[in-house]
Amino acid sequence: MLKFPIYLDYSATTPIDPRVVDAMIPYLSEHFGNPASRSHAYGWEAEKAVELARADVAALVNADPKEIVWTSGATESDNLAIKGAAQFYQSKGKHIITLKTEHKAVLDTCRELERQGFEVTYLDVQEDGLLNLDAFRAALRDDTTVVSVMMVNNEVGVIQPIEEIGEICRERGIIFHVDAAQATGKVDIDLQKLKVDLMSFSAHKTYGPKGIGALYVRRKPRVRLIAQMHGGGHERGMRSGTLATHQIVGMGVAFRLAREEMATENVRIGLLRDRLMNGLTDIEATYVNGDIAKRVPHNLNISFAYVEGESLIMAIKDVAVSSGSACTSASLEPSYVLRALGRNDELAHSSIRFSIGRFTTEEEVDYTIDLLHRKINKLRELSPLWEMVQEGVDLNTVQWAAH
Amino acid sequence: MAYSDKVLDHYENPRNVGAFGKDESGVGTGMVGAPACGDVMKLQIKVNGQGVIEDAKFKTYGCGSAIASSSLVTEWVKGKSLDEALEIKNTAIAEELALPPVKIHCSILAEDAIKAAVADYRKHQETKGE
Amino acid sequence: MFAPVYFDHNATTPLDPQVREAMLPYLGARFGNASSRHEYGRQARAAIDAARAQVAAAVGAHPTEVIFTSGGSEANNLFLKGAAATMKPGRVAVSAIEHPCVREAAKRLVKQGWQFDEIGVDAQGVVDEAAFAKVMDGRPRLVSVMLANNESGVLQSIAPLATAARAQGAFFHTDAVQALGKVPVDFRALGVNALTVSGHKIYGPIGVGALVIDKRVEVAPLIDGGGQERGLRSGTENLAAIVGFGLACELAESRRASDAACLTQLKAKLESGLGGLGARVFSAGAARLAGTSFFAFDGIDGETLVGKLDRAGFACASGSACSSANPEPSKTLLAMGVAPEMARGAIRISLGRATTDDEVGRFIGVLTEELKRLRGLSAMAS
Repeated sequence: MLKFPIYLDYSATTPIDPRVVDAMIPYLSEHFGNPASRSHAYGWEAEKAVELARADVAALVNADPKEIVWTSGATESDNLAIKGAAQFYQSKGKHIITLKTEHKAVLDTCRELERQGFEVTYLDVQEDGLLNLDAFRAALRDDTTVVSVMMVNNEVGVIQPIEEIGEICRERGIIFHVDAAQATGKVDIDLQKLKVDLMSFSAHKTYGPKGIGALYVRRKPRVRLIAQMHGGGHERGMRSGTLATHQIVGMGVAFRLAREEMATENVRIGLLRDRLMNGLTDIEATYVNGDIAKRVPHNLNISFAYVEGESLIMAIKDVAVSSGSACTSASLEPSYVLRALGRNDELAHSSIRFSIGRFTTEEEVDYTIDLLHRKINKLRELSPLWEMVQEGVDLNTVQWAAH
Repeated sequence: MAYSDKVLDHYENPRNVGAFGKDESGVGTGMVGAPACGDVMKLQIKVNGQGVIEDAKFKTYGCGSAIASSSLVTEWVKGKSLDEALEIKNTAIAEELALPPVKIHCSILAEDAIKAAVADYRKHQETKGE
Repeated sequence: MFAPVYFDHNATTPLDPQVREAMLPYLGARFGNASSRHEYGRQARAAIDAARAQVAAAVGAHPTEVIFTSGGSEANNLFLKGAAATMKPGRVAVSAIEHPCVREAAKRLVKQGWQFDEIGVDAQGVVDEAAFAKVMDGRPRLVSVMLANNESGVLQSIAPLATAARAQGAFFHTDAVQALGKVPVDFRALGVNALTVSGHKIYGPIGVGALVIDKRVEVAPLIDGGGQERGLRSGTENLAAIVGFGLACELAESRRASDAACLTQLKAKLESGLGGLGARVFSAGAARLAGTSFFAFDGIDGETLVGKLDRAGFACASGSACSSANPEPSKTLLAMGVAPEMARGAIRISLGRATTDDEVGRFIGVLTEELKRLRGLSAMAS
């Protein structure tokens, strides 16, 4: 039995795995202590649970639990990492490098640092969505202190060459931050191997609860940060505020499940994604956005030419998908990520991000393929652009009466 | 975005979709908007010997409101003289469809499409007359 | 299962079962991201809007004045640093008994060229009028004084302080985290520009709070990104916690009078027992929260006694939870002029909704026994 709308928006947020919820419940009931309470069992129990979760989060990325700092989510982690490192190391230089396709949490943080007197280079990506390493090397300066590159892009799912970027940064003593919000449970992350100094994590993209995330802060070689939230001195002074035990427990279990199950899960999800991709690229004039090989198995971002994006979303309301990053979809701006990939406004507007996850079924994928075929056909019958293209008109030569 | 029932109805069941044959006489075609703006409307009117619009067809690339606006005007222009058709104002379209403020431009575009189709028809009549 | 009696409600409160029930659907099928435009997202958005209205109603504010944060610490940081970021550096003044998240956030501004003033309190822990007036003469731009202190429970008369500070051109903020649900917290009646509330002090979830702020106060966000919370606090909303917080606020307000009446009686019993044992109850002469008692016994180490009480089945605190790891004596007490040796002996009991008369009675009994033993030991030592 299909349940509507079919959820294919796992990159916006995932449902919490029932096993995660089960683990959280006791901490919403009898184990309600404040982990900072040092004088009684309620506090100790909460603290123990927090430390167990910290070990689980560390284990997924092969880090030391002492390198994990709890935050309210990946957005806060990105802010803490980039502002914290840029501010701490500002006597060494005030130049930051990032990509035009980063999440808003990184881009807007960099904009804020520009207001504070830092200089930021926003690098272009190639048409496949990937960073060109030569272009990256060329952008490095003597006063570059922080580089921030996401591991997996939230819109097109491409995986950036983190290992190579890390080598280059380490060689030059540059702090390297990686937003891995979309990567956990989808790609292997080994922080013993990767020369990454700071890494942001989110629970709710990996079947954990919202409102909790973490920042990995490397200890060897030691990375220093200026705290952005001051107070009781929690998290070794890097992030004050009462720790939300139930959410932390949830994140721990979610990351443990990811570690245990990602190998088999990603095979299954990859098969579903390929099924969806083959089914949809059957439709004429469709374009897959971003490199298809260097991408997580969960993502398919595809543009349907000659149909307008909003009417497309309206037509396929039986499936819950995103027409760009969830955070920007309230505005009618075409996706800046797709534009950075060189897509024109029309193709950016008519793009759909399908993101598949743990609870997606083959039946749901097949329904989606059939629905898209029917609706794209209908919208193209309605489309004067499609009509002109069928008649052999090159749309680029048309003089539009813009209003 | 919450659409009104009327927008949804026109979107689900658009009226008068299509195009007139290339050789049909008495046809005026208006094409307004641009792909880069997210809306292109093509409105065609077929005018009889008495100067009355006896049929209309449309195709629209655009959001639900744009599709609904153009579908609605194909219904409204039928049976009207050219001058009567030119009196259809965007405000009436917006009101009929209960368009939210961010979608008012769709009704303006539909009004422009009528003007463009009438102008195109009249231009053809003039060239024929010469 | 052995469950100690919980006498540490100012550190955190147990989650109200009704609140938990309200949250569960949002940990389950209603998991959408409020920024998504599809059904799941719209459902999440509607739930957040409803919770925002509940929070606003509980503190007599308009929903658009509520900014959800990850908790009280973040809200306090957001006010102080966020407002400071939009101004030329000036003076920032906070009371001497603020929670560390207010004090440290304010002190942090010194690095940006601000001058930090501490407003002294009297021996009862109440803001000293003369000290306050003197600080106001310096025309601070930002002033923060907490409504109810987390350790002593002492209440400040915020309205006149806010009026005086604002007359001098300051923006006035109050940390009402410990006050909500215990005393009236009315944004307009208090006359403040901003106030902080938190979920887990009012039988709601940990991990959520709010800054209620007058829109005339310009603040810059601490967390940049997707532009949630009118651009003042980015990051995917903590949906389930926000839903829980909304209901917890509503319950806190509706239960406030009856909770307070109950806690007043229990505290009277507790403090009568403490008096009989020779305790010094701090701030006893001032208006205090109904359920909070902060006290010490001459010559008895607080840590030791709290440890004994824990083993006897009573969960109490020897200082505020956040700084419990820190052996420093309570700053609140030092600010009141309490000697450091006495301050080191301080114990905080904070009662809650589930506290019973019997528990208080048993506690006095256990305390009597423990004191006898400890006093015997110290007598032997001397």
